[in-house]
Amino acid sequence: METNKVPLLAIEGICKTLGGKEILRDVSLILEEGDLKVLIGPSGGGKSTLLQCINLLIRPDKGRIFLRGREVSFNRKKEVLSFRQEIGMIFQDFNLFDHLTALDNVSIALRKVKKMSKREAYERARMELERVGLGDKLNHYPAELSGGQKQRVSIARALAMDPAVLLLDEPTSALDPELISEVLAVIKDLSESGMTMLMATHQMGFVKNLAREILFIEGGRIIEQGPPDYLLNCKDRHSRTWDFCSKLNDFYGEDVA
Amino acid sequence: MLDLSFYTQQVIPALNRGLMVTLSLIFPSATLGLVVGIIIGVMRAFGGRFWSRFATAYATIFRGTPLVVQLFILYFGLPNLGIYLSPYLAAVIGFILCSGAYHSEYIRGAILSIKRGQVLAAQSLGFSSWGTLLHIIVPQAIRRALPGCGNEIIYLIKYSSLAYIITCIELTGQGKIIATRTFRFTEVFLVVGFYYLVLVSMATIFLNWLERKLYIPGFGRS
Amino acid sequence: MSHPLQVVITSLPYLLGGAVVTVGIVVGAMALGFFIGLPLAFVQVYGNIVLRKIAAFYVWFFRGIPVLVLLFLFYFGLFTLIDWNITAFWAAVLVLGMRGGAYQSQIFRGSILSIPSGQLKAARALGMTDLQAIFYIILPQTLRIALPGWSNEYSIVLKDSAIAFVLGTSEIMSRTHFVASRTYEQLAMYLTAGAIYFVLTWVGVHLLKRLENRLKIPGYTS
Repeated sequence: METNKVPLLAIEGICKTLGGKEILRDVSLILEEGDLKVLIGPSGGGKSTLLQCINLLIRPDKGRIFLRGREVSFNRKKEVLSFRQEIGMIFQDFNLFDHLTALDNVSIALRKVKKMSKREAYERARMELERVGLGDKLNHYPAELSGGQKQRVSIARALAMDPAVLLLDEPTSALDPELISEVLAVIKDLSESGMTMLMATHQMGFVKNLAREILFIEGGRIIEQGPPDYLLNCKDRHSRTWDFCSKLNDFYGEDVA
Repeated sequence: MLDLSFYTQQVIPALNRGLMVTLSLIFPSATLGLVVGIIIGVMRAFGGRFWSRFATAYATIFRGTPLVVQLFILYFGLPNLGIYLSPYLAAVIGFILCSGAYHSEYIRGAILSIKRGQVLAAQSLGFSSWGTLLHIIVPQAIRRALPGCGNEIIYLIKYSSLAYIITCIELTGQGKIIATRTFRFTEVFLVVGFYYLVLVSMATIFLNWLERKLYIPGFGRS
Repeated sequence: MSHPLQVVITSLPYLLGGAVVTVGIVVGAMALGFFIGLPLAFVQVYGNIVLRKIAAFYVWFFRGIPVLVLLFLFYFGLFTLIDWNITAFWAAVLVLGMRGGAYQSQIFRGSILSIPSGQLKAARALGMTDLQAIFYIILPQTLRIALPGWSNEYSIVLKDSAIAFVLGTSEIMSRTHFVASRTYEQLAMYLTAGAIYFVLTWVGVHLLKRLENRLKIPGYTS
């Protein structure tokens, strides 16, 4: 690993208190280009809040964020907005725009935020939708799509903005089991083509094979982090991560270790 | 009762004069009432502590008291403070304030029914607050609020008849004048009723057409 | 020149007497509306085509014509025509009740339609006649589901009762008007009337909410 190379995304010392409770305590992490890092941990541990702090949907109380080595100012509205264009986010509940077709969902930010022409925006949107396998659903509304299709549209929507980093907040948790694999296939594709991603998930089998690093968050702190092999296979070390994952293993019936 | 010339020579022309006044009451009241409703509804949904409370108080008061009382206060009461409004003006102001309160209820409901996640998604794509409001919230809120606000305007068509009580002679007023003069209350008011039925039916048909035109799957009537 | 507050205080008992009359009109109209609206709803859902068309016409007629026009039509027109010497109070109850029946029929119709069809099937499968099924199974559920809409209807009828003052009933509006034109303290008086209506609305809605909670079945969502 080149020690002089500036990481694509660097988070330092993020702290956030919500409703009187300290949700995040001094969280730091680094994403190099092409990384797929995974956040796991119990509910309420801060995974979702952390992701929303990274793209400044939630404003951290303390901490710094660096994109390609340059610090992002939390205060300058314009900087925040253009920073968000570089960070894509996939939500657990999809959050598609209900009043727009799939094509419009993907193209609206291109037209209104990036100020592309209608023709260019539609071209790009069509391309992204075909890439996630929904080329035949361009004119369907969210109400007419299955959960897996909705999530793939939201991935296309995020990708159309050419983000440097993609944040995924439990992308398959709201899906019926038989729809999960189609979304995971898309995510796998993205990772293999070099997309930098930070994903919160419970899908342990998926994570084990693809993630560069696993970060275990509990109580607002990163308790452990390391490559999957290290964290999940050392049975005599009895890591906290291993404990958590084996509980998940029982629940999901997947083979972790 | 079936004396046709009575209708054609006396009733219809007078009622038509009244109809013109009714229409001149309805159009400004409906449009401005909707504008007021949007402002108050947005205040109730997004306003800070002061503005949302103010807006809610306004809506509660105007929905909790009869329109008749409001009109009386505007026309008969304000002179006590030295403010003299014409019957027409008092009626229009009363209609705007009252229907604005009802509209605000539908608009507030429409805005709040939009899933918050969509706002998050818009922000995460880099939309500014204005952009989110304009491109994401407003198009959906209009569709959600349409049945309620449309119905409110239809109510306005009917309640415009109350302008007569504060001496603004519109359709109903003209009817009363003719009926009192000729003692033929039943006939005259059946015709008056018919006029309103036509107005209301036309408005309902238009509203249904508008709802169909703006229909998007997933936005069915709640 | 009397002080407005003095006038209000001295006339308050008189006005509150009018409130009793108002409540009488409202209760009467709601009751009549119930006994018209409920059967009408069942006719609209379960009746044959002829009955349904008649019911639909009734609803269209009484919902499309303004209250004021209906009051004039019936009190000065139809009732006089058949030589019925009805008092203003009962005329108001009748007209508001017939109109309320039209609106209530739609509330009940909606709640009947929202009951899953499986309920009727199950009742029939147990051997009940259609009439028994409707009476023991559909009706209790209909009434519970309709309660919120009924509460809304209460506040509408209360406000419409103010319009009935044009017939010379002795309710709140008439009495307020009487005192106001005598003492020239119109603003104070009409504001007071508004306050009385406001309180009546709030109290009534509150009581109906309590009734709703008493009748609630755990876990039952419409």
